[in-house]
Amino acid sequence: MQASIHVSREPSVQYLLRIGDTCLILAQRLAEWCGHAPIVEEDIALSNMALDLVGQARAVLTRAGKLEAELGGAMHDEDQLAFLRDERDFRNLTLVELPRGDFAATMLRNFALATFLKLLWLKLERSADAELAGIAGKAVKEARYHQEHAADWVVRLGDGNDESAARMQAALYGLWPYVAEIFESDDIDEQASATGLGPRWSELRDDWRVEFSDVIAAARLVLPADRPFRSTGKSGRHSEHLGYILAEMQHLQRSFPGGVW
Amino acid sequence: MSDVDSPPPGRPKAGSAPSGGSAAASAASAGAQVREWPLWEVFVRSKAGLDHKHCGSLHAADPQMAIQLARDVYTRRQEGTSVWVVRSDQIVASDPADKAAYFDPMADKVYRHPTFYELPKSLDHM
Repeated sequence: MQASIHVSREPSVQYLLRIGDTCLILAQRLAEWCGHAPIVEEDIALSNMALDLVGQARAVLTRAGKLEAELGGAMHDEDQLAFLRDERDFRNLTLVELPRGDFAATMLRNFALATFLKLLWLKLERSADAELAGIAGKAVKEARYHQEHAADWVVRLGDGNDESAARMQAALYGLWPYVAEIFESDDIDEQASATGLGPRWSELRDDWRVEFSDVIAAARLVLPADRPFRSTGKSGRHSEHLGYILAEMQHLQRSFPGGVW
Repeated sequence: MSDVDSPPPGRPKAGSAPSGGSAAASAASAGAQVREWPLWEVFVRSKAGLDHKHCGSLHAADPQMAIQLARDVYTRRQEGTSVWVVRSDQIVASDPADKAAYFDPMADKVYRHPTFYELPKSLDHM
C-alpha cells in the first residue's frame, strides 16, 4: 500500500483544498449515476457534469499543490492530493459526501451546490491569484449550466405529481441541515479575504438564499426552518460516508502506486 | 433515442391536415401513449454561418429539457454553437411512396446544376 501524504496547514492551501475537494467528491457521487439514471439522455448529462467537476477539481488541486511548495512545503501533484490523502485531510463540504439518494435528492443537492459554486467562481474570477482567476473564468460557465439544469428538475419534480413533490420535499428536509456549513466562515476564510485569494464564503449567503428560494418557491416546496446543527467537513471532520468513497476512489492508486491506463 | 432514419411515430403524412396550431390534433396523437415522453428531433449548428443540421432525436418531457439534453447528448465534443429541437410529431414529411413521382424527374435535368460558372471563393458553403 502507498503511504498517505500530509498536506500543509497553510490557510491559503486549505482554502483551495475546500474548493477542489468539494468538486472532487461531488463528481464522485454524480459518477455513481453512470448507467443508473432514469433515462439515457440524463445519464449522459450527469456524467458530463461529473467530468466538468473533475476538471475543476484537477485544476484547483494542482494549484493547491504548487502553492504548498511556494510556501515552503512539499510539492504534491493533483493525483497525490486526490489519491493519497486520508479522510481527515479532505476538506470538502459534508453535503457532497452524503449518499446520492434518489434522483430528487441528487438534483436538489446539485442545485444547491451549483448555485453556490457559480457565486464562488464569479468572485474568484477577481482573485489575486491569477491562476485561480483563470480556473474560475472557465468553471463559472460550467456551473451556470449545472445550476440551470438542476433548477429545472427541482421545479419539474417539486411542482410535478404527488410522488415527485413528496420526494423533492423529503430531499429538501434531508439536505437542508447540511447547507448551513457552506456559509460558515472561519480563520481560513478571513485569511483568504485579507490576501485577496477569495471571498469569505459567508459573503455568498444572501445571494445564494435569493436564488435558491426563488426556485424553491417556483417548485411549490416549503423551505425548512434553520437549525443549530453544523456539519464540519470543511475542517476535516466528516460523516461516516466519506471513508467509503475514498476506499473506492483511492483503492487502485494505493494498491498500484503510479498506475496509469 | 430512436434510429434517426426511421420516421417518428405519429408523424403525419404529406397531404394530411397540418397539425401545427391544432392543439386538439396533437393531443389526440399523444393521447394513446400519454405516459411516454414525446420525441424531439435535434438540429445542431456547428459554427456561425452554417446551417443547423439534423443529427438525431431524443425523448424529453418539455422544451427546456429537450434543449438541455440535446446539448448534453449531441454537443459534448464541441460539435455545436447552437441547437434547435422540434417535436417529431410536428414535422410533416413526404410519403416514401411518392419518392418516384417526387424526385426521379430531377435526375435528367442537368441544366439545373450551376456547373457552368465558378462560384466566388467567399461563398464557402453553397
